[in-house]
Amino acid sequence: MLGLNNKDTKLLIAVAVLTLLAPFILNPFPADSAMAQFNAGYPDLMQRFVIFGIFAIGFNILFGLTGYLSFGHAAFLGIGSYAAVWIFKLFTYNVVPAIALAVIMAGLFSVVIGYVSLRRSGIYFSILTLAFAQMSFALAYSVLSNPKFNLTNGETGLQVYSGDLQMFHRDSLPDLPHLFGLSMRSTYNLDLGAWSFSFNAGYYLCAIVLMLVFYLSIRIFRSPFGLMLRAIKSNQTRMSYTGLNPRPHTLAAFVISGMYAGLAGGLMAAMDPLAGAERMQWTASGEVVLMTILGGTGTLIGPVLGAGFIKYFENIFSKINDSILHEWFAFLPDGLENFMVFIVHPFIGKGWHLTLGILFMLVVIFLPGGLVEGGQRIGKWIKNRGKAKDSGATTEPAE
Amino acid sequence: MDGLILQILNGLDKGSAYALIALGLTLIFGTLGVVNFAHGALFMIGAFCAVTISKILNISYEVVDPNQTDFLGNPLKVKTPYVESWFGPEMGTSIIDWSVPLAILLTIPVMMLIGLIMERGLIKHFYSREHADQILVTFGLAIVLQEIIKYYFGANPIQTPPPEALQGVANVGAAFGMDLPYPIWRIVYFCFSLGIIGAVFAFLQFTTFGMVVRAGMADRETVGLLGINIDRRFTIMFAIAAAVAGLAGVMYAPINPPNYHMGMDFLVLSFVVVVVGGMGSLPGAVLAGFMLGILESFASTTWATTTLPGINQIIIYLVAIIVLLTRPRGLMGRKGVMEE
Amino acid sequence: MSKSNFTRRGVLKTGAVAGAGLALPTIFTAQSGHAFTNDPTGGSVTLGFNVPQTGPYADEGADELRAYQLAVEHLNGEGDSGMLNTFTSKELQGNGILGKKVEYVTGDTQTKSDAARASAKSMIEKDGAIMITGGSSSGVAIAVQGLCQEAGVIFMAGLTHSNDTTGKDRKANGFRHFFNGYMSGAALAPVLKNIYGDDRKAYHLTADYTWGWTQQESIAAATEALGWETVNNVLTPLASTDFSSYIAPVLNSGADVLVLNHYGGNMVNSLTNAVQFGLREKVVNGKDFEIVVPLYSRLMAKGAGANVKGIHGSTNWHWSLQDEGSKAFVKSFGTKYGFPPSQAAHTCYVQTLLYADAVTRAGSFAPCAVAEALEGFEFDGLGNGKTLYRAEDHQCFKDVLVVRGKENPTSEFDLLEVVEVTPAAQVTYAPDHAMFGGADASLGECNNGA
Repeated sequence: MLGLNNKDTKLLIAVAVLTLLAPFILNPFPADSAMAQFNAGYPDLMQRFVIFGIFAIGFNILFGLTGYLSFGHAAFLGIGSYAAVWIFKLFTYNVVPAIALAVIMAGLFSVVIGYVSLRRSGIYFSILTLAFAQMSFALAYSVLSNPKFNLTNGETGLQVYSGDLQMFHRDSLPDLPHLFGLSMRSTYNLDLGAWSFSFNAGYYLCAIVLMLVFYLSIRIFRSPFGLMLRAIKSNQTRMSYTGLNPRPHTLAAFVISGMYAGLAGGLMAAMDPLAGAERMQWTASGEVVLMTILGGTGTLIGPVLGAGFIKYFENIFSKINDSILHEWFAFLPDGLENFMVFIVHPFIGKGWHLTLGILFMLVVIFLPGGLVEGGQRIGKWIKNRGKAKDSGATTEPAE
Repeated sequence: MDGLILQILNGLDKGSAYALIALGLTLIFGTLGVVNFAHGALFMIGAFCAVTISKILNISYEVVDPNQTDFLGNPLKVKTPYVESWFGPEMGTSIIDWSVPLAILLTIPVMMLIGLIMERGLIKHFYSREHADQILVTFGLAIVLQEIIKYYFGANPIQTPPPEALQGVANVGAAFGMDLPYPIWRIVYFCFSLGIIGAVFAFLQFTTFGMVVRAGMADRETVGLLGINIDRRFTIMFAIAAAVAGLAGVMYAPINPPNYHMGMDFLVLSFVVVVVGGMGSLPGAVLAGFMLGILESFASTTWATTTLPGINQIIIYLVAIIVLLTRPRGLMGRKGVMEE
Repeated sequence: MSKSNFTRRGVLKTGAVAGAGLALPTIFTAQSGHAFTNDPTGGSVTLGFNVPQTGPYADEGADELRAYQLAVEHLNGEGDSGMLNTFTSKELQGNGILGKKVEYVTGDTQTKSDAARASAKSMIEKDGAIMITGGSSSGVAIAVQGLCQEAGVIFMAGLTHSNDTTGKDRKANGFRHFFNGYMSGAALAPVLKNIYGDDRKAYHLTADYTWGWTQQESIAAATEALGWETVNNVLTPLASTDFSSYIAPVLNSGADVLVLNHYGGNMVNSLTNAVQFGLREKVVNGKDFEIVVPLYSRLMAKGAGANVKGIHGSTNWHWSLQDEGSKAFVKSFGTKYGFPPSQAAHTCYVQTLLYADAVTRAGSFAPCAVAEALEGFEFDGLGNGKTLYRAEDHQCFKDVLVVRGKENPTSEFDLLEVVEVTPAAQVTYAPDHAMFGGADASLGECNNGA
């Protein structure tokens, strides 16, 4: 279907089903139960899963295929966000032009930065992209937000004020980002017994975009162009000897992944019309590297899984506090309850960084292929036990 | 003119920290071929060795003083460090006063031990893995180390003053008839760094051990074939690199109060330093460290910031880009290192 | 080349999705039956405490969280009721808010506007929080305030000192109890003039971001009005860790006062560096060189150690105040946790009480009703003397403390001493003051949300 082979079609369908049914899948626990803490099916987090999934898919096209490790991709995400919010400020709250400009601006910047950075390879390339990204962050955070020339609104973040121009805005339209009148915030809540599920317009827009770009990334992975990129990773010298110039291909991959980042940034602004400079910091770039490697570099689905993993931690684990712990362990005798809380305490709430760090290390040490490899191992284990013939949505690495 | 010399001094001082961290990074990279993202965390742990020592020396017993009240209106418990009661108030106070230099004694074994554990327990398994995996696992380790420190010491910086005799300023320009007041501890830090750098180079240059290590850096296999256990020597080099980072940290504590994220603050910068100096080149790392320190200081002057607003924010990165585009392998890098 | 693999099952699935798609327009209406977002229906009401738990302000965030937990206890009638006894409004009975038990959720702002908004959204969307409060920086406060305005919940700001929070970025659903840069300047300048004279040359080092700029502008304006001269203002990158190259030029600039418009780690390091360079022993123009830190916090003063001795600054509140409200708060906080509260803890505790009280007086959780009850509300007994929540910009007007680093601290908490309590009248400004967005600044319409 759609020019894909059987396996890829299955993968695409699996992703489509997962994203479309995410409100159900991510809310497995009844709303009033103690486990509801682990529910992730609320609009903001679902949007984040998908948006960072897009970001990581794009990053993987560069890193997974060519092996060029960029530490500056967050800059493109930030540029996309700023571009989108400027559309909101000057023209309209409609998200289509905003996202379009976000992709275009990120593309332009990635052409320039990519052209310069790709003159070097290896860690020298990484440091060049890092330098560009840190410069963009510093400029956005302070230099370009001075009162005389306020392009980014600095620390506070660029946002829409009631006094802004908004040329094409009409009163009949929502006062928030919308898709031809359908507000990105509009949410339908479905209550089924003890369960509660939210269906959010913004999320479904992101989900559809994710499916499109995921399809595009499969096509890129399977195309002659993708093959060329892999050749760059495995042996650039040999490739040059066969008379092929690797640089245009790498640059194309860089720009494509930059545009993916811009798309993610634009979507972020469309879901929440504020663009902050922190999303350009090197730690944000580092985050997408972690997502990709954690999920499985060079695999199609890996980056999306990695993005989900990290965002889940950031938003769910950080919210567990001591009083919730006491609730959980309330069934234990008092002394034991306090002891359990004492044991778990360093790892939750303000300790979520610690837990994340430990999990990173465990995944990297024991699952070099990331979560995808973990999934495959479990899949194999199940197969070998002969209990299930088909392990469902298995995922294959690209190589 | 005085201002210019002061800025050069500032640059050398900042550069000392950069150079020491970059030196350690390069040692690890040159010997083991591992990119160690936890190196900033080692620097931070060094600084917290100073904090720990001063905390230990300040362990106190409490005596209730009925004449004073605490913030709740209860009688105040006056704390007296045990050290003071053991050695007498004067001796005790001066021991506490000298806690940072004392901490050096603790730092060397502690950091070497941490280095050994890190290398044997973790890094060893990553030699054959991709650089990206090494970066990720050491980055994870850095987060874990930094969160552990935060758990015990809090997120706020902790003041760790130098000994009273080394506080204050000295006029470094007196011999040349200039008025150049400069903090004594910063001068100490600079001299200390030069000493460490000199010691590392001398160790590599003039000892048999160093010679073997250098040979191993150049051609690991051949050295191995000669029946030398090069791996063990490299492990020791890792421990030495950790100790260098720790010493850079412990002496840095009085300059700026240590906090748990100071390692991350230095990490990116020190990588830029290493790359500008040239991956794998020890003299390059040191040179680039001092050079970037001085440039950063110059860019912070009023003259620079009024000519080019915001230059102080981006100078390091700008220099890195220019150097890398004009000299592909940094200032003193070798061909073929980390270009895959 | 189509590799279609339509099966009966697949078609059914597609059909179901399409069916749901067709139904979308009719069901895409907001939750009906509620007049406002997260109307608490059961026997409890959920507040969202959004504080920095990771990052450089984690210690302040932890203190804010302690204060919130204390406030919740007191609202629910547990503990010794703290400031409920001294608060001039006697509506709160210790039976929760409007009879509903107070529950809370916590989140981590990471001191990043994105993360703070994500965390606040999860509280609103997932946990049904009716009010969001907390934070330890102005960027975060303004970002979250904007979000709460859009979502239709009340935002009670925590520690945020920038003029913009209730200036050009003021919002109808947002309220600030903490003081601001202008107030710091207005309170500090006369004290500085009395102590250091009116013929001073000031050199400013300013953190290069929004808060730093507004703070510098406020202090420079206030001191210049009293005769001081501003020699130079140098912007320092937020990421700076070492300030030596900014301090060194001060030595020969002819200035005799150094104003450090820094906060947090920046302030600790710049002050440490300034003392290292011997600025405090210097004599310039025949006068002793002085350092001023306009915004003090005790937690940060602790980081700067002995360097703060004798250095002046301003603060919102300090535990050594002797009014009944402060004493009651310090007592219940100190008894529970074993150390005195910080100013961040104080403002957060007070904001929670003020919100609960406003709901009770309004008789409703509806944000617009609560906002109306808070607007123009005058109260006392919460630690800063008589206070007004001004209707025009949702800023509290109250006494501001000028403090000085204590020379002989008796304990590790006893770092600052109150030099002067500047009366509210002296720090009050017009709602359309130029530093606060001028005539253009407006609260906008209050938003009840869904």
